Amino acid sequence: MMMTQQQIYAGLTQVMCDVFDTDDITLTPATTARDVAGWDSQAHILLIVAAEQHFGVRFGTADFESMRNVGEFAALIDAKLKN
Amino acid sequence: MLVWCPPLSDPAGALRAARAIEKPERRLSALLTLARHDRDALCTHKLDTSISALMAGGASAAAGLAARRLAVLGSHSVEHLLPAIRVGAAARGVAAATHVGGYGQFRQELLIGDTALAAFAPDTILLATDAAALLPAVPLNSTQEVADAAVASATESLIRLWHAARSRYGAMPLQQTLARQATALIGCNEHLLPGSPATLAAELDRSIRRAAAREGVPLIDLSRLPEAIGSNLLIDPVRWHQAKQLINPVLAPLFGELVAQVLAAQSGKSRKCLVLDCDHTLWGGVVGDDGLAGLRLGQGSPEGEAFAAFQRYVAGLARRGIILAVCSKNDETVARSVFDLHPEMVLRSPDIACFVANWQDKASNLRSIAATLNIGVDSLVFVDDNPVERAIVRRELPEVAVPELPGDVCGYPERIAAAGWFETVQLTGDDFARATSYAANAHRALASAQATDVDGFLSSLDMVMDARPIGALDRARAVQLINKSNQFNLTTLRRTPEELQEVLATPGALALAVRLRDAFGDSGLVSVVIARPDAALPADAWLIDTWLMSCRVLGRGVERAVLGVLLEAAKKRNVSMLTGMFRPSGRNHMVEQHYASLGFTACAGGDGLPEDATYWRLAVAGAVPPPHHIKVHHDDDAAADLCRLDAGHV
Repeated sequence: MMMTQQQIYAGLTQVMCDVFDTDDITLTPATTARDVAGWDSQAHILLIVAAEQHFGVRFGTADFESMRNVGEFAALIDAKLKN
Repeated sequence: MLVWCPPLSDPAGALRAARAIEKPERRLSALLTLARHDRDALCTHKLDTSISALMAGGASAAAGLAARRLAVLGSHSVEHLLPAIRVGAAARGVAAATHVGGYGQFRQELLIGDTALAAFAPDTILLATDAAALLPAVPLNSTQEVADAAVASATESLIRLWHAARSRYGAMPLQQTLARQATALIGCNEHLLPGSPATLAAELDRSIRRAAAREGVPLIDLSRLPEAIGSNLLIDPVRWHQAKQLINPVLAPLFGELVAQVLAAQSGKSRKCLVLDCDHTLWGGVVGDDGLAGLRLGQGSPEGEAFAAFQRYVAGLARRGIILAVCSKNDETVARSVFDLHPEMVLRSPDIACFVANWQDKASNLRSIAATLNIGVDSLVFVDDNPVERAIVRRELPEVAVPELPGDVCGYPERIAAAGWFETVQLTGDDFARATSYAANAHRALASAQATDVDGFLSSLDMVMDARPIGALDRARAVQLINKSNQFNLTTLRRTPEELQEVLATPGALALAVRLRDAFGDSGLVSVVIARPDAALPADAWLIDTWLMSCRVLGRGVERAVLGVLLEAAKKRNVSMLTGMFRPSGRNHMVEQHYASLGFTACAGGDGLPEDATYWRLAVAGAVPPPHHIKVHHDDDAAADLCRLDAGHV
């Protein structure tokens, strides 16, 4: 299934609001864990799991090195959706 | 995921509404209600945030929750499981404060001591360990002795940790069982390699369970969890390699429930009494409308078998000390008649401590059941197939546990077991006292099974046979046997229900339904015999045109006892000759000598009788009934009093 960048960012924003239990998150490609309150290692895994469920994709052990910011995360989701 | 809990149609909306409640006590109560619904991991996290904030504010004591201080010490990551433990515990009436040990530091924390853990002052310490962290390294080609020594030493060091939890921290240890993580190197015959990681883990798991029982250490048994829910594995290798999370965070609510069940049991919050609806819950059909004979229960239909299996599960719970009660919308005499008279009922009136059948609302009846039994309403689990009744009871009496049930009764036992309301960390004398009579029976059966000679064995079975004319309640099973049995079937004469009905209505004919039970249980309807006058024979002779038996009871002497019944019935009706018929079908060799072995002599058939058969006869007058070890109840005149009684109901 194809999604536009806009759709992916909208989806990611929704997932993050859900995981961080807030409705006040604005994402840019440069956003990192440091920019979001509560984004610790525990929340990171919840985020990955929630994104998997939301987008219907599955990340593997090889994927986690390329998730340093939201831009890379979105690009990875985009690549998975195209496969 | 929590299949025994009712689903929430709009979790986000419900959570928003609960959080918006101003008064803390009412907010907590609304949040706890949500916690008793099916919920995914994220919803559980959010509930935890709100509930924990209220608990920190001191709301838990007011809500009547028991306080627990649980430390989780792990050889793998456990932080992600804490919210689910706290929410699950809160839903079961336990306010659990939690502390997590340092990753992989469980030995030092327990044996040497840890200031943070001491400051937390746990009353319960859960050891979440995996096999690799417990077992010493042994070579793959180890002998059995070396492998056994490794398992023994790992068990010993765990026991020392349990002792340390008690002596150093004054805490009750809980031990997580081992997950199946190691991949087999051989497969089915992995045990051929005593040193393989999978074999060692399996052996250590067994050893831990035995040691825990000896040491009085409750287990958190991971094998009770499903291996996967949909595509989510309980143990996801990606999460293991990514974060050393043994339990998949998506399934954390399930793990939380397991721990919560044990914490609740430890806090005296386990349930004591199972309250059962009747129609469509214990049997198929409505006794008031369908009558006893119209119920689907026991042998004869898959649904009937499933209801009987559910009753056996319930009987097992009773045997280990769970009190049973009935709460049914019925006339009491009608509902009781099933327990007292239906031959396929597993549960009987004496099994039911409190029997309430009337037309009042079930919430009031549940209150009165609790009052009668002198237990709290929060000790009840209510099982009802009707979703409307379940919803009403949940609304009127939130303290009563009401499991969601699948549409098919065959799923009831697993569903009720999964909910874990009857968890116990220790069996007490009281539990056994409730089960004394059952235990005595079990001892008798065990003793008699040790008899070595055949006669001794047979007499030790305490067999009781019930032979009576096929009645309305037997018809379905009798037709099934007539059309299904092949081996112990003298004539393989198939009959439709209508044809059987015709025989039953024939003057001078006798169609027997034979039931057998013994010390080990009830075998149900096991044999059908039809004897009738035939135009080809003298008027005072019977032709036995059907004699069949279920192979489950071969070699018990049932056929000998049946002959005794036939002879008595024949005498009573002035029948002087029994004529047996054996028609080979290609599958019934085993009964070729049936009549010879019962003392019949071979004879010619006669005009009008099938030619593809051998014939045997026995004069009633001089016949000596063959010996057997079965106590026989029979009434060859009256089919089932049940049928008469039944006619009265319909």
